[in-house]
This record gives sequence, structure tokens and C-alpha cells, in this order.
Amino acid sequence: MLAALSIEALGARFRDGSATPSAATEAYLARIAALDPKVRAYTAVTRDAALAQAAEADARFRAGTPRGPLDGVPIALKDVLCTRGIATTCGSRILEAYVPPYDATVYERLRAAGSVLLGKLNMDEFAMGSSTENSAFFTTRNPWDLGRVPGGSSGGSAAAVSADMAAATFGTDTGGSIRQPAAFCGNVGLKPTYGRVSRYGLIAFASSLDQVGPFTKTVADAALALRVIAGADPMDSTAAPVAVPDYRAALGGDVAGLRIGIPREYFIDGMDPEVERAVRAAVDVLRGLGAKTEEVSLPHTEYGLAAYYLIGPAEASSNLARYDGVKYGLRVPGARDLVEMENRTRAAGFGKEVKRRIMLGTYALSAGYYDAYYGQALRVRTLVARDFHRAFQTVDAIVAPTTPGVAFKVGEKEDPLQMYLNDVFTIPVSLAGLPGVSIPGGFTLAGLPIGLQVIGKAYDESTVLRVAHAYERATDWHTRKPVLS
Amino acid sequence: MAPSNITPEDVRHVARLARLELSEAELERMRAEMDAILAYMDKLRSLDTTGVEPTSHAVPLRNVMRDDEPRPSFPRDDMLANAPDRAGDFFRVPRIIEE
Repeated sequence: MLAALSIEALGARFRDGSATPSAATEAYLARIAALDPKVRAYTAVTRDAALAQAAEADARFRAGTPRGPLDGVPIALKDVLCTRGIATTCGSRILEAYVPPYDATVYERLRAAGSVLLGKLNMDEFAMGSSTENSAFFTTRNPWDLGRVPGGSSGGSAAAVSADMAAATFGTDTGGSIRQPAAFCGNVGLKPTYGRVSRYGLIAFASSLDQVGPFTKTVADAALALRVIAGADPMDSTAAPVAVPDYRAALGGDVAGLRIGIPREYFIDGMDPEVERAVRAAVDVLRGLGAKTEEVSLPHTEYGLAAYYLIGPAEASSNLARYDGVKYGLRVPGARDLVEMENRTRAAGFGKEVKRRIMLGTYALSAGYYDAYYGQALRVRTLVARDFHRAFQTVDAIVAPTTPGVAFKVGEKEDPLQMYLNDVFTIPVSLAGLPGVSIPGGFTLAGLPIGLQVIGKAYDESTVLRVAHAYERATDWHTRKPVLS
Repeated sequence: MAPSNITPEDVRHVARLARLELSEAELERMRAEMDAILAYMDKLRSLDTTGVEPTSHAVPLRNVMRDDEPRPSFPRDDMLANAPDRAGDFFRVPRIIEE
């Protein structure tokens, strides 16, 4: 079945002529038609445009001039990434009718690489959430158990890959929004180093943290996808002019002699014992492959969450000030003056969690509280980053759980703080701007995926992927598929 | 400064700054939630950060400059296409200045 194949396997079929991009695209569209009414990963399916893009890719393969490993590969994008002429809602009522006049750099590069866009994917509104329950439209379901959430905020992106409704998808991660849903859905979710991938056309949530990355079925596919989207961009001055290596070529080497740190603070009271057991077993696997594992300490881990939930909302309150009902997006009619129009438009257009974060952020930045909250959070951010810098003086990579637990039931977590605690192991990495990947690291007895997180030095995605790849080759978790019919 | 124990007046003030109309019921719920969340944030105060530089960006970047060369901008109609209300080449908004 074409839809089950990795990017690499699909590309091999295209090159040897045993399959075409059109056939693969039709296979994915058929899967989406059959399964998405249950999973609800897509906010929009761009069927006609996909078939047209696929036909162009067919012609390139026929002519013997394919563009590279992503040519003809069906992909989909989180609905936070702007697509010219295709509605981009950000999971929000306020952008429900928004049609961007330009493409995000990430999509421009994917298009130039020949990939085929299947559609846009559901998410928590403005990427704020850990379950897609904050989407203004509907909740995406976890393909492993339709009664559970896929994680978030890139829940649609994660669910689509696990349900074989795309060969790869792209999401964004601010505090864990790629890695946590990848863990919950049992696939590979990579958050690159802050600055590795352009944010142009990514609708901003927290600009000092937001980063785009791929969801894939294998680590090798993540390497291929990252290479396409990474690199400096004149449209985003924070996309750093750092050379982009051939990540795929860096895989396959062994991990013998590599020093891997296990952070003491990432095994906490209250975490799911099955997750802890799986991660400890994964460390044994890596040791069996010749890696030198040692305990490291990241002492400020427990403060990361509090710092993040001040910094993120503070930046969001500023970024989301642009939704004022003037230039694009929703406007509530009938207001007597401009301020009333803004007040009512934003009240009607934003959901509960977005309002909560705008309020928290505005409060944290307001006169009298700025230094006590926002200023202190920025200083704590420094301490969290220093923890990692110190650890990376003695180790090459860090291995830890992605989340303290596995996918929870839809509606189970109503208290906002309980929801925030999902991100406790992913947030510190984001605050420090480091790359991290979540890969399949086992299953609970009930059959739910467990995520293993590999963290690396800034711009050292190669080592992160190399460790992940070695583990993937030594295990078969990634070959399991959810049963969906 | 006692950080938590946010009052309804605080919430009203912040909502005004944030341009968010809140009903009385929403206001009370927001107050309770902000109170609980900020109480959790108070753990940050227990850390001594004297002499610690704040990090506003994870990756140190200096100003990134490009040549100041004029380039074509987006077509005006494309930029106005999403406007909730327009008048010719302008965005139209409700009254701003008191009569």
C-alpha cells in the first residue's frame, strides 16, 4: 500500500517506475476520504491542486529529471503556515476566512522541491494547547484510540502521519507542539534549533520560541525533510546563516563511543511508570549499541514551565494585538467606534485559551509587574539554558522522555495548569533554543505510544538524528501501525 | 508586592489594555484562573537571579542588515483582498474621533 511507505521508499518507487506521484496522491486522498471523518486531522483537503501538482511531478520522473527526495511526495501543513490562495485559519474563528496573499518560506521550499500539498491540518487555536481541543472547529482524534487526543498543538499534523493520511507533515513547536503530539501519536517529530528554519509565513505565537519542523514515519525521512526546509532566508532575519548539512548522509553511523546524558530531573513523581520504564529501557538499548551513558543534571528544569507560561503569553499578547478587525480576519459589525469594534471583534474571534494567554501576557507586561514576572522569567530562561550548556560540555546528546504521560482522553484535562504540565519536558529545550526530536520509544500495555526525546546542541540536528536513527534501527516500534478501518 | 490575589478591577484593567470585552461571568472565571496560574508562577520568585542576564532570544543575534534596495511590494489589491471593510484603496473603520 503506497500510503504506508516512508518518503524514502516512496521515492525509490517513483524512480524505478513502479509507482507515480499521481498514484501515491490518489492513494492518500482515498485514505483521507475513508478515515478522516473519524480522525479529523484535516481542516481542508486541496484535492484538485494536489492532483495537478502530482501530474507535474509525474512528468518530471517520466523525463528523468526529478528534483530530489521530496519530489512527488504527498505532504500536508499545519494550518498555521500561510499558503497563497488557500485559507489559513490558525484554528481560530478570527482567521476563519483568511486567505493569505503569500506562501510561508517553508511551503515555498517544499513546493520547489516538488512535493504535493494534500491540505491543511487542524491545531489548537494559535498553537496554544496540547490536545487540539482548543481548535475553534473540532478536536482531532488519536489514531491509536479515537477516544483520546492526538496531542497538540500540532495534533492534526501528528495524527495525519500516524494514520497514513500523508507521507510527511509539517507543524510548529513553541514549547513542545511538535514533540508532544509525535509522542502521543507514535511517530517522528523534530523541532529544529531556533533559527534553523525560517518563520516567514508562520503565523506568530511566541516569536522567540516558534520553530517549524517535520512529522515523519522514520528518522531518515525527518533528515530528508529538514534539509529541504532549513537555511537562511532573507525574509526572516532570525533564520541563521549556518550551513545546512546533508542530514541523511550523517545517519547510519553507529553511536559507539558517543556520550549520552540522562537528565536526573526528567524522572519525576507522578509520571507514568510505563513511560519511565520505556525510557530507561531505551537508554539500555543505546548503551548496548556502545554509547556511553551517564546521568546529568539540569537543575532548573522545574522552573522552566513557569518561565515559559509567562514568556509565551507575553509574546503572544503582543503578536495577537494585530487582530483588530481592520486589515484582515473577523470584524464584528455594528460597533459605534473603533475601540468598541476591536473589543467586540476580539471577544467573538478568540477562544478561551487564547484569551487567557493574552490576559496573562498583558498582565505580566503591565506596569508594576513587568520585572517581577516577565523580567524574572527571562532571567530564569538564562538559567535553564545554562543548565544545558553545562551538560553539553560532557555529553554529545541528551535522552529523556518527551512527556510525563501518554495520550489522555478527550475532555479529561479541563484545568489549564494540568494541561500545561504536559509540556514540562519539552519546554526547557525550547527556552534554550535547542533541537529535539521525539521518536517511538515503546507502547504501554494498553497499546498507546510512548515518546523518546533526543536533545542536542544548537545546530547539531545531525547528532540528534544519528542517535534517533541508531535507536530506531535497533527497535521495531516505528513499524507498528494503528488499526483503523 | 503580593502578586496573586488578583482583583476584578485588575482583570478589568488588563482586559481594557488587551482590547477584550469580557462578560461579568467571564471576568470572574478569568480572575480565578489567572489567580491560580500566577500562584504557580510565584515559584520563580524563590530563585535568586541576582546578576543573571535576561535572555530574550535563545540564539544570540546581532542586527542583521540588508542592502537598502527598493523592491516591488505586494500588489495593493492582494493586500486589501482580506479587508473586512474597504472603501476604494482604503481600509474602512468605524469612527475614531468624537464628534
